Parts: sequence; structure tokens; C-alpha cells
Amino acid sequence: MSNFNPKPRGKERSDTLTPDMFEKLRREEVRVDEVGRATLTAWQDIWKRLTSNKLAMLGFWIIAALVVCCLVVPLIWPFDHYTTELTNTNQAPNGTHWFGTDELGRDMFERVWKGAQISLFVGVVAALIDLVLGVIYGGIMGYYGGKVDEVMNRFAEILYSIPYLLVVILLLVVMEPSLTTIIVAMSITGWINMAWIVRGQIMQLKNQEYALASKSLGAGAMRIIFRHLVPNAMGPILVTLTLTIPSAIFTEAFLSFLGLGVQSPAASWGTMIDDGVGGIFNYPWRLFFPAIFLSVTIFAFNVFGDGLRDAFDPKLKK
Amino acid sequence: MLRYISGKFLFMVLSLFILVTATFMLMNAIPGSPLQSEKATSEAVQKNLEAYYGLDKPLYVQYGKYLANLLQGDMGISMKKKFQSVDKMIAQSFGPSLRLGISAIVTSVVVGCILGILAAMYHRKFIDNLAMIIAVIGLAIPSIVLAPVMQYFLATKLGWFEVAGLNGPLDYVLPTIALASGPIAFIARLLRSTMIEVLNADFIKTAKSKGLAGYVIVAKHALRNSMLPVVTYLGVLTAGIITGSVVVEKIFAIPGIGKHFVTSVIDRDYPLIMGITIFYAVILMISRFLSDIAYVLVDPRMRAGGKVGK
Repeated sequence: MSNFNPKPRGKERSDTLTPDMFEKLRREEVRVDEVGRATLTAWQDIWKRLTSNKLAMLGFWIIAALVVCCLVVPLIWPFDHYTTELTNTNQAPNGTHWFGTDELGRDMFERVWKGAQISLFVGVVAALIDLVLGVIYGGIMGYYGGKVDEVMNRFAEILYSIPYLLVVILLLVVMEPSLTTIIVAMSITGWINMAWIVRGQIMQLKNQEYALASKSLGAGAMRIIFRHLVPNAMGPILVTLTLTIPSAIFTEAFLSFLGLGVQSPAASWGTMIDDGVGGIFNYPWRLFFPAIFLSVTIFAFNVFGDGLRDAFDPKLKK
Repeated sequence: MLRYISGKFLFMVLSLFILVTATFMLMNAIPGSPLQSEKATSEAVQKNLEAYYGLDKPLYVQYGKYLANLLQGDMGISMKKKFQSVDKMIAQSFGPSLRLGISAIVTSVVVGCILGILAAMYHRKFIDNLAMIIAVIGLAIPSIVLAPVMQYFLATKLGWFEVAGLNGPLDYVLPTIALASGPIAFIARLLRSTMIEVLNADFIKTAKSKGLAGYVIVAKHALRNSMLPVVTYLGVLTAGIITGSVVVEKIFAIPGIGKHFVTSVIDRDYPLIMGITIFYAVILMISRFLSDIAYVLVDPRMRAGGKVGK
């Protein structure tokens, strides 16, 4: 692994120095206080590391393309996602219907993009709810510590020990299957992870001088937490946020696939895959398009989140 | 160590109790009686039915009775499936689910560890890149996509496997891959990153300078020290496999618990939903408990009675 033998010294070193090897500088030319390289702020540094990561940038551009297309395509595409055309069912991809039609003759191209809207919406909203709940809960847990932390942590642990799927499905029994239900159900346990991340960060940061300075100037706990500590914990928070999105997208697709999520005629990738499985032997494209979209989206968010984590982690910095 | 384990055990029992209570209350909070149907029933029949299910008693009596029965393994009677008892339905469908689950867990751990070890040993070389590409793909393709796609290409087009069912040993291959692909990727990444760190530690250099062969170092010194995160992950893995099995059982038409679970939710068969929820919860908490114990066994610091900081 590492080299134990010291390298033989270079020959030049033992050579005698001659005056012509030196160049005389006038005093005004020497700028000792100037930094040779442009200084980068922490965020510029992170940005540089992120943009130099090709896989992460691929993920970023896929996400960007998805966002733009899912907003634009439904506006300009001549078909809508719910009109059934029973004379045109199960068409293979062709010039009019690029991705073919489903068993009710609905245009698959439009439905796939509508599905992208639902998936991205669920992912972003679930992540934002996790963010708000997790930062508040984790911030308080981490800042106060001691008994407060112990009680709050126990509560979170008990909630966390209840399996995610069971909570979601129990809630779906009580409430009607819909997008709102899915998001509420995911949020009940989803924020805990974020809270733990924030807690760990705040615990490290709260003993820093700037927190003490703020405290000695008379700032309240809430001001210190949200004005000083949370902004400094932004890196891990952002990374967790980005990695929450694909898991939320997956959960929505999963529940819709089981028939417990978004209901027809709304087009979720999960329901479309479920429909596609039914016709897989004769009309495989009905499965493949939503399947590819779902996988590529999850892939894009995962690699982007990974890239973000690497960019924030100074240990990987070279 | 005993204190640690008994603490974990108490915590498990407490969580389970809370879950059972919450489930019971939730099911009772749903408006309308499950016995209501479109057909008009006479008052006497309705009363009789309510008495049969114990619905005429106050809530706390019902709850106490449910708990007492539950401790004896009696989970009540299904409301949709012609008066079958829930525990019997679970017992009958547990076999296929258990076999599939174990096969998926073993595959995930074995393949995931092998990939992770190889990637760490050949860090920044071709094998590492290949393993990480496999891992990224494994994480990106969810089971609801992988299972039907494999079914289409490997079973229908190539005819290597049966399309559905769980009769011969070969039938386990596709559902196992569908369940294990995500966990394999996760374990491989987890093990790789800890192992790279461990391989740079001083005691590995010592082992190397003693002249030990590479695989001995990995097997005897590095692996044990890198296994902790993987062991902690085992509890989560079980949860993932159970979640995944719901979908995979549906796609491959496997008569397991997952299939019952989905139909019970769609049918609103409350005793069955409760029974399966509690059953799943028990399995998950036991597996989490076991993974906690395994953690102690792997980490020598824990065996000495010390406490590992969070």
C-alpha cells in the first residue's frame, strides 16, 4: 500500500548553487500578502466539486429535463391523459401516439409525463415536510440535550421502530387512497431520519464560539438554532433532502402499484406499471415506458444525491 | 452486556404493545361497522352477529379480550374469508413467504458482501468500478420494475423459468433476485466504504508486514472490523424484504402473506389487517433485536461490557 523505502534523493540537490540560478527581484514586485490562487468560499468549493462529478451532473441534467418536460409536454401534446378511445386500444408506439396507447386507448406519452408530475410532486412535497418537521424536532433535540433530548429521542425511536409500510397501509385503511393520504402517511415516520441528522449536527455545532457569542448577546434558543446552527448544518440537511426524494417517489409508485395509491384515471407510474404487468405478454411497451421513466428518475436523484454528499464531505476533498 | 440486551428487549416489547394498541384503536376509529352490508338484516341477526364478534361490549373490554387472545396466538376471525381464523390463514401462508424471505436475505448478504469486499480490495480498479456500477443500477431499479421485466425476458421470451408460482427450487430464482437486488447494492456500498477505511488502518499494515496473504488479512482482520454497519443494517433489511415481498408475491402469484395483506386492505377485512400487521411487526422487531445481539457479538468492545457511543 504505502511506500516504506525512502526515495533516493535527486541528483540536482547536491549540485552546487551558482549565482546565475537566482533572479533578483525588486522590493515592490514581491507581494507576500497576495494569495496565489483565487479564494473560494465554501459554497463555491462545493459547487466546483459537484460540477466536476460527471455522474452527479448527469443526474442533475436528467432531473432538470424531467422537470421542464413534465411541465411543458402536457401543455403542447394534443392528447390528454384521461380521454379513452376504445377504437384505438393497445396500439404499439407510432407516429401519432409515440409511446402507444393503453388498454383503454389513452395516450401513453401524455400519461407518462403526467406520471412524472405526480412523482416529482410527491417527492418534493414529502421531502419538504420531512425537512420542516425534522429540522424543528432535531434542532430542539440537539440544542437542549439532556432530559429533553432523551424523551424526544425515545419518542422518535418508538415511532421509527414501527415499520414504515405498516403505518402507510394502516392509514390508507382509515383514509381514502389518494395523493394526500400517501404524502401524510409518508410524513408520519419520514421526518425521523432528518431529525437525527440535524440533531447530530446541532450537537456538534452548539459549542462553537459563534453560538456562544450569540447567546452572550442575549439571543434566545430559537434564534440561535434557526439563525446560526441550522444554516451551518445545511450540507447534511441538503444531502438527506435530496436522497429522500427518490425514496418518496418509489413509495408512491409502490403503493399505486398495489392499488392503494393514486387511483385511475390519474396517471401514476405505479398504476401504469401495474396495468402494464397485466398486458406484458402481448403489449410489453405498456410496461416498459413507465418502468424506464421510474428507474431513470430514481437513478438520477440517487447519483445526484451521492454527488452532493461527496461534494459536501471534506474527507473526500483532494 | 446483559443490561444492554435486556434494555433492548424491554424496548421491543414496549414498541410492540404501542403498535398493537394503536392498530386496535385505529381500526375501531373507522366509522361504520364492518358488519353492515347492503342486505337488510333483522335486528336480531345483527345483534347475534355483534355478539359473535364481541362488538356489543365496550371498547376497553374488546381491547382486553383482544390482547388476552393475542397472547394465546388467537387473532380472531376473518370477516371476508368465510369465517376462517386469522391465525390459521397466516400460518398457512407463512411457509412460502418465509422460504422466499430467507433465500432473499441470504442472497443479499452473501452477494452484497462479496461485491463489497472485492470493490474494497481492488479500490479504484476495474472490479471496483464494475461493482459500483452494479450497485447504482441495483439501487435505481425498484422491484416493481425488475420483477415484471425479468418475468418478461427470462421467463416468457427465453423460457428459462416458470412465469409464476413457487413449486420447484428454480422458481425461487426470479423472486429472490427481485427482492435482493436493492439490498445487495446497499450492502456492497456500505461494506466497501467501511472496508476501504479499515484496510488503511495500522493493524492491517502490521498484518501485512507479518507477511500474511491478502485474503487472510481480509478474512481474519479486515472483515470483522468492517461488518458492524452491515450487521446493524440486517434489521432494516428484514423490513425491506417484507415490504418487497408484498409486491413480488403479487407479481409472481406466490400464495404468501404479502398477498393476503394487500387483499385484506382492499377488502377492509379488519381482523386480518390487524393480524398481519401485528405478525409483521413481531417478525421485524425480533429480527431487529437479533441484529442488536449480533452487533454485541461482533463488536468486542461491547462484550467487555463497555458502552459504544452513538
